[in-house]
Amino acid sequence: MTALISDTPTTASPASPLPAKGRRKRQGRFIWLAYVVLVSLAVVYIFPFLINLATSFKTEPDAASDPLSLVPATWSTAAYERLFLNSDFPLWFGNSVVVTIFVTCGRVFFCLLAGYALARIPFRGRAVIFAAIVAVMAVPGVVLLIPKFLVINQLGLYDSYAGMIIPLMADAAGVFIMKNFFESIPASVEEQARIDGAGTFRTFWSVVLPMSMPAVMTIVILSFQGSWNELSHFVISAQSPELTTITKGVAQLSSGALSAGTQYPLKLAAAAIMTIPVAIVFFIFQKKIMNSTAGALKE
Amino acid sequence: MSILTRNTRSTRTRSSGTSRRGIRGNQNAAGWLFTAPVIVILGLFLVLPVLMAAWVSVSDWTGRGSPFAGGTQFVGARNFEAILAGGGLAERDFGTALRNNLYYVVLVVPLQTVMALFLAMLVNNRILKGRGFFRTAFYFPSVTSTVAVTVLWLFLFNATGAVNKFLSLFGIIGPNWFQEPAGIFHLLARNVGITDAPAALGSQTLLGVTWWDWLSGPSVAMTAFILMAIFTTSGTFMLLFIAALQNLQGELEEAAMLDGAGVWQRFWYVTLPMLRPTLFTVITLGLIGTWQVFDQIYTGTEGGPAKTTMTPAYLSFSTAFNNQQWGQGAAIAFLLFGIIVIFTLIQRLLLRERVNVPRRKRMNPEPSRGRKL
Repeated sequence: MTALISDTPTTASPASPLPAKGRRKRQGRFIWLAYVVLVSLAVVYIFPFLINLATSFKTEPDAASDPLSLVPATWSTAAYERLFLNSDFPLWFGNSVVVTIFVTCGRVFFCLLAGYALARIPFRGRAVIFAAIVAVMAVPGVVLLIPKFLVINQLGLYDSYAGMIIPLMADAAGVFIMKNFFESIPASVEEQARIDGAGTFRTFWSVVLPMSMPAVMTIVILSFQGSWNELSHFVISAQSPELTTITKGVAQLSSGALSAGTQYPLKLAAAAIMTIPVAIVFFIFQKKIMNSTAGALKE
Repeated sequence: MSILTRNTRSTRTRSSGTSRRGIRGNQNAAGWLFTAPVIVILGLFLVLPVLMAAWVSVSDWTGRGSPFAGGTQFVGARNFEAILAGGGLAERDFGTALRNNLYYVVLVVPLQTVMALFLAMLVNNRILKGRGFFRTAFYFPSVTSTVAVTVLWLFLFNATGAVNKFLSLFGIIGPNWFQEPAGIFHLLARNVGITDAPAALGSQTLLGVTWWDWLSGPSVAMTAFILMAIFTTSGTFMLLFIAALQNLQGELEEAAMLDGAGVWQRFWYVTLPMLRPTLFTVITLGLIGTWQVFDQIYTGTEGGPAKTTMTPAYLSFSTAFNNQQWGQGAAIAFLLFGIIVIFTLIQRLLLRERVNVPRRKRMNPEPSRGRKL
């Protein structure tokens, strides 16, 4: 930054010194200002998470009296001990892991199949299916809460893992990402395999699948995030405590289910732990996530 | 949505086989087989539910047994009537929820769009260092779950929480955010001495809510949720803007710069018009998203204080699941769907009027969607 600013006078061209110099100088000032704005905004975006982490290690009086400080007056792991040893939290965590794994596997597999068919196989009825999926994507999810409950209940899937998992396994947006991906890579390799005598399924498994790993990773990341953070579907598809996922459990904890009083360290510890898995995935696949913005939208 | 309507090109995969009909038949079977799981699941859990809910919304089902069993009666539009013109609690609740969410939409959509664009312009500036770090920092809130952020928000914005502590450094006494039902416009009016509704506004009602209350503005509690929405979504939309900015090449801007255009002029007359397709996407997604406020309310306030954070989405849920008024709950869901459709159409109309971008470009506002993978 300093280099950029001190650099400016020497490089000004002698032919038109005044306007160029003025502009460079203004640019230098602009850069300085831009950094100030950037850093203060970054603090606003990061600080809440640091407070979250710090408060989870505080004692309750300390959390109440000094909410801004990032260093606990006395370090305490009481919140975490309570969560893991004296509550259903491990069960919630486990349920979320199970659901997330099944949903992610299902989504990847089904989106791959459908995306490939819609991009590559010229079958009768393709245009209709495509249009139907476009229409389905336009229906806002929250509107479907009661309707989905009705069907899950009618099918006898209410309060079961099946009811929590199966409805999340198909994702219209994922099908699109897959379809677009297949359209962006040349079909020549598959045609080669076809000419060599491989059938549609054989081509798909041994030629297409290995090629589509980048898109598969995108779907994995998106559906991992989506199903780990999902709340409303689990609210309407199950009610027994044994089937509570981490989002539902923490939401109920937040509205006072487990405790009397505020219990901020406890709640914030739970919030911190539920953020860890998505944070890990985020930092590992950062570049990929940032590039595949399309599906990462929050609702 | 409009992104997806392009492309119908790839009909080229036709092999040179001798028995064309055989391959064709094979391909039809394969095509349907490959898409079958998605079709079945979407049909079962998206299309069928809508049909069932349509029936429930015109029935008096109480949640016991199947809605198709003998006990359930057809009641016509009675549920819709109760919500829209019943004169009772159902109508007032719906009116209140609509008001709350309307202020939420009107404030969140422009603010998050401007914020996202501002962040994108800052982070996209090639002269600055550490852009990757800042991009990560701004995007991180978008990947965390709404539940976790809501729990954090309840702590930050409690009466003696971090936000009020911070405000007190400047001598400001912060409100008790999530317990304060007063609307911010009402609070402003109180400051200039208007404490009660003028007679003209206090007597007339719309959807069971007086005009005075329609004009209350978002409650202080809702304002905290509005800030949270901007905090969690601006990062996502920032990425959309960054992708668009990187596709602009910068030639036009350089040309404008050589012509002596200032920073503002370049932004206003060159960059912004070219970002119009992305702007369109961001506003559309924003409008659709901000009418679906559920997770925050379920986790945080359950509609309180004094129902000022009640939203149609949460009202629909609680009417059905907590009060067992399934018909009304389903009816609210359909009304909400209608509202979202209407808002999206209005926005389409407004933004389309002045658009001068070639049609083809408008149809796929975000060409990088699939290619960058």
